[in-house]
Amino acid sequence: MISNELIPFFLMDRKKFISASIIASAAAFLGSKFSFGENVPSTQDLGLPISEKSLLPGKHKELTLLNPKPWNAETPPHLLDDKITPAAQLFVRNNGLVPEKIDIENWTLTIEGESARSKKTYTLSELKSKFKHYTYQLTLECGGNGRKEFSPPAKGNQWGLGAVGCPEWTGVRLKDVLADVGLKSDAVYIGYYGKDLHLSQDPKKVVISRGVPIRKAMEDEALIAWAINGEDLPLMNGYPLRLVFGGWPASTSGKWLRRIVIRNKVHDGPKMGGNAYRVPKYPVAPGAKVPEEDMKIIEEMPVKSLITFPKTGAMVKGANAFEVRGHAWAGDLAIAAVHISLNYGATWSLCTLSIPVNKNAWQHFSAQVILPEKGYYEIWAKATDSNGIMQPMVIPNWNPKGYLNNACHRIAVKRT
Amino acid sequence: MSKHSEHTEELLAHADGVVKTIRLVFIIILLAPFAWYVSSKLAFKKQEITILQEPLIENGIDIARGLIVDDHYELVSTTCSACHSIALVTQNSATREGWKEVIVWMQQTQKLWDLGESEALILDYLEKNYSPKEQGRRAPLKNIDWYEL
Repeated sequence: MISNELIPFFLMDRKKFISASIIASAAAFLGSKFSFGENVPSTQDLGLPISEKSLLPGKHKELTLLNPKPWNAETPPHLLDDKITPAAQLFVRNNGLVPEKIDIENWTLTIEGESARSKKTYTLSELKSKFKHYTYQLTLECGGNGRKEFSPPAKGNQWGLGAVGCPEWTGVRLKDVLADVGLKSDAVYIGYYGKDLHLSQDPKKVVISRGVPIRKAMEDEALIAWAINGEDLPLMNGYPLRLVFGGWPASTSGKWLRRIVIRNKVHDGPKMGGNAYRVPKYPVAPGAKVPEEDMKIIEEMPVKSLITFPKTGAMVKGANAFEVRGHAWAGDLAIAAVHISLNYGATWSLCTLSIPVNKNAWQHFSAQVILPEKGYYEIWAKATDSNGIMQPMVIPNWNPKGYLNNACHRIAVKRT
Repeated sequence: MSKHSEHTEELLAHADGVVKTIRLVFIIILLAPFAWYVSSKLAFKKQEITILQEPLIENGIDIARGLIVDDHYELVSTTCSACHSIALVTQNSATREGWKEVIVWMQQTQKLWDLGESEALILDYLEKNYSPKEQGRRAPLKNIDWYEL
């Protein structure tokens, strides 16, 4: 019952149909809409697929809804099987409310700040005509992907596995635009401002304003992007313009981009301080209180992999071989190897691994598997990055907000 | 008036009463299907009204509000849903101290108002119904949807 309006009456059970029709007629009678019982998904709907007619424009109906206000939805692993993530299957993560009106003709991007040599404003068409276009396949993962498994629990949206994706992004290089404006020698950080609205509906309040150090901003693959897979960005992913920094927490890649500030210090916008997107500087015990000064900003994301085929729950007849495949990624590094295990890590088999199409793009692994005898198995995947660092099989070090869970992914299979 | 005629009058009056009663019974019998039909319609309407007034509760959860039904859950619903979906509450769990921290954080950064006397009631409810459950370092895989590959 995500919204009664979206469910055809013949699919509703009678009670719900009656209550829906009564609410509708009462609302019509009162001449105003009930705020209650309408567009308010219940917890029963959470963790379930979004309804037939998706409430999320441009998004696959089988994304898992975590939160409708603000909109947050993740992608089940089997829907991430494509080598290049389709736009409709890229997760949705919002701290605030999605802007309602996008005036594409008058959309501008302003670059300024204490370490900018000038202040410049570009229209979308100026941005597209003045600078060279680039397309890269870049992995975006929410810093809190996997939060769900931390114990004691960390607060926030309880992301499972699917707050990650790797589509092709098209735009201009951030460094080309920064060069056009001019950087002072004391520039250390960039910060973004977008058009999303604060949950309190106060237009003056900034929802989120994060960024990256200049060294990340100056990389070839750091984009100001307007397209995913050759099409306009979906509204939910930042239409018409956003930043994209592959391999770093996706919150650094500001959506609905209006302004970039070049800073002479670490950017201090909302969600740069406190516990937001920060982890302890040293390992702490689960549940520990960590003083704010002992927290550091998350930069690149750790090595991780995801099994995208088969979908968990596969029953295989006898000794038939089947393919196990997925993707692996490691912040700014490349993946050196992916192994899978059918026996909880007692033995590991090396998978075939592709090379990345560019920096910050995920790589694909595959292996042929025969289950040795009848019964229940878990297939575990473990990636190793180019520095030799592997994914942990158990949940990694606890942190107050539950970031950076890169524990091995596993699926359940049976030989029948 | 003679005694006889008095008796006759009595009899007649009685007969009249009997006829009236029979007529009434007849009317009732004749109208019964109608009345049953009408009353069933009324009952149907009553049922509809009941559904509107009383929340639909499944497995102890108020379906429309999305919260476990317990003392002050309506207060929690109204207060928390003012800015964000109730899902942000129900997918989380915390100790009383943890929930208090969330409230303080929302007051400092998200324009949450002073909850006054409601705060303790809300914390009572959250502590009782949405407190952490031990899940260890790796929980078993659950809710597997088995299919033939």
